[in-house]
Amino acid sequence: MCGIVGILLKTEALRPSLGKLATPMLECMGTRGPDSAGLAVFQNTLEEPQRRYSLRAQQPDFDWQHWQADWPDPQLGTLETQGAHASLISSCPVTQVHEFLQLFSADVRLLATGRAIRLFKDEGHPIEISRRCALPELQGTHAVGHTRMATESVVSPEHAHPFTAGEDFCLVHNGSLSNPYSVRRKLERRGIAFETDNDTEAGCRFLQWRMREGDTLEEAIHRSFRELDGFFTFLMATAGKLVLVRDGFSCKPAVVAETDEYVAVGSEFRSLAHLPGIVNADVFEPSPEQIYSWHV
Amino acid sequence: MARVTHLDLANLTIREVNQFLHHELDASQTAQVDIQNPDGKHSIAAGLDMEVTVNILGHAGYFVAGMNKQASVTIHGNVGWSVAENIMSGTVRVTGHASQCTAASGHGGLVVIEGNASSRCGISMKGCDIVVQGNVGHFAGFMAQAGRLVVCGDAGPHLGDSLYEAILYVRGSIASLGADAQQQEMTPDDIQSISELLAASGVAADPHEFKKVASARRLYHWNATERQEY
Repeated sequence: MCGIVGILLKTEALRPSLGKLATPMLECMGTRGPDSAGLAVFQNTLEEPQRRYSLRAQQPDFDWQHWQADWPDPQLGTLETQGAHASLISSCPVTQVHEFLQLFSADVRLLATGRAIRLFKDEGHPIEISRRCALPELQGTHAVGHTRMATESVVSPEHAHPFTAGEDFCLVHNGSLSNPYSVRRKLERRGIAFETDNDTEAGCRFLQWRMREGDTLEEAIHRSFRELDGFFTFLMATAGKLVLVRDGFSCKPAVVAETDEYVAVGSEFRSLAHLPGIVNADVFEPSPEQIYSWHV
Repeated sequence: MARVTHLDLANLTIREVNQFLHHELDASQTAQVDIQNPDGKHSIAAGLDMEVTVNILGHAGYFVAGMNKQASVTIHGNVGWSVAENIMSGTVRVTGHASQCTAASGHGGLVVIEGNASSRCGISMKGCDIVVQGNVGHFAGFMAQAGRLVVCGDAGPHLGDSLYEAILYVRGSIASLGADAQQQEMTPDDIQSISELLAASGVAADPHEFKKVASARRLYHWNATERQEY
C-alpha cells in the first residue's frame, strides 16, 4: 500500500507553518503505511559553498556531543540535533564531508545532501516519528513525505522513503517496480553506488543519473516511462519544485488540491481535509503519464 | 412524522453513523439523513437497505454508498475509489468528480456522476446503470457484464476492454477501444434507453449524439488453435 503526501506553499506567510500543515498529512496516511515514515522539507537555500547534511544515528539515544568532540577537524561545521536525527551545515567540500562520514562515522548515516533539503526518516509508526523528529516545528517552502507498508524489501530506517540521490533531490513512491535489478545493474556499471536493495532507490538513482547527464527532471521522467517497469505514483522534489507523476495504468492513487496559497498532494483526500481553505480548493485526480510540476 | 436527522462525522465515528443507518433508521422515522464533515472518510453510508434519502455534505473517501439497496444517496462533493461499489438498487449521485472504479460490480440501481469519473468506471458491472456527465478515464466498462454506461463527455483509452453484455454509450470522443469492444449501429431501442437514463439522471442532452459500443463477442470462446499473445 504506502501513503505519499506533499505540499508546496505559494505564500511567504505560510512558510513558518510548513511542518504544522505537513505533519497531519503524514500522520493521517499512517493507515496506509504503519511501518516506517519520512519527511523531506526544503528550506531557505544556503549560500555557496555551504551544504546541509541530514544525518541519522543508528542508536536512538546517540550521543551527538561525544561524536562531535571526536571530529578530526573541529571546524567541520555546525550541528543541530533532534533525537537520533541531526543536521550538519558545513562549508567544507562535499567530497570531504562524505568521506569523513563514510570513514569515521559507522554509527551515523547520511540521509541527504544539499543547500535546501532537510530529511528525516525512520522505522516506526508515522505518529511516533513525527513526535521524535519534532516535524511540526519545521519551516520551509515545500515538503514531501511517505508512510511505508513494506512489500518488496525489509523494514529498516534505510529502506524508508524519501530516497535521495545527488543534491537537493528526493523521491517517494507508492507502488512497486518489477525491473529494479536490471536498472540497478545498468547504473552500477556507470559507477553509481546503491545503499539498499529497495526498488524505489533504483527509480530515484535512475532519475538523478539522467539529470546529471543533462536532462531536466521532466525529460528524465519521460525516459523513465520506457525504462522503469511497474506501478508507481512518484512524488519528487528539488530545491525549486514539486513534481508528481503516475504510471500509465495509474493503479496507485493520488489526489491534488490547489488553492492560491498552496498545492497539496496525497494518496487520499483524507490526508488533505485539514488544510486551510480546502473547501474551495481545486481538487483533482492526476491523469496517467502526465507530469505535474509546481514551482516555488 | 417523517423528519431529518443530522449526523456529524466530526463527532461520530463511521461505525456509529453506519450503525444508525443500518439499525436505527426504522425506529427514528427518519426520511432524510444529512451527514456533515465527511472529510474524505471511507465507507460512509455503505450497506444501506431502506428507502431513505442520505445527503453527504462534502468530499467522501473510498466505498461511499457501497452495496446500496433502495436508498437515495447524494454526495455533495468528490468521491474516492469505488463509489456505489456493488450497488443493488436505489440511486447514488455525486455532484463532483469520482475517482476509480465507479459502481464496480454493480447489480442494479442508478449511479450519476455530475463531474468526471476516472479510470475503470463500471468495471465488471452486472446490471446497474451509470450516467457520467463529464469524461471517463481509461478502461471504462472493463469486463462489464450487464447494464448501461452513458458517458456525456469523452472516453479515455481502452473503452470496454473484454466487454461482455453491458452496453456503453459515449457522446464525445473515444480515445481507443479495448480488446473485443466495437462500435455498433444505434437502434431505436438504444435511443429510448439513453433518453430514459438522461431523464432519470436529470441531464439535458440529445440521445442521437451518442455512439454505441458493445462486445464483438470474439473472446467468448477460447480458440486453442489461434496464436495467443499476452
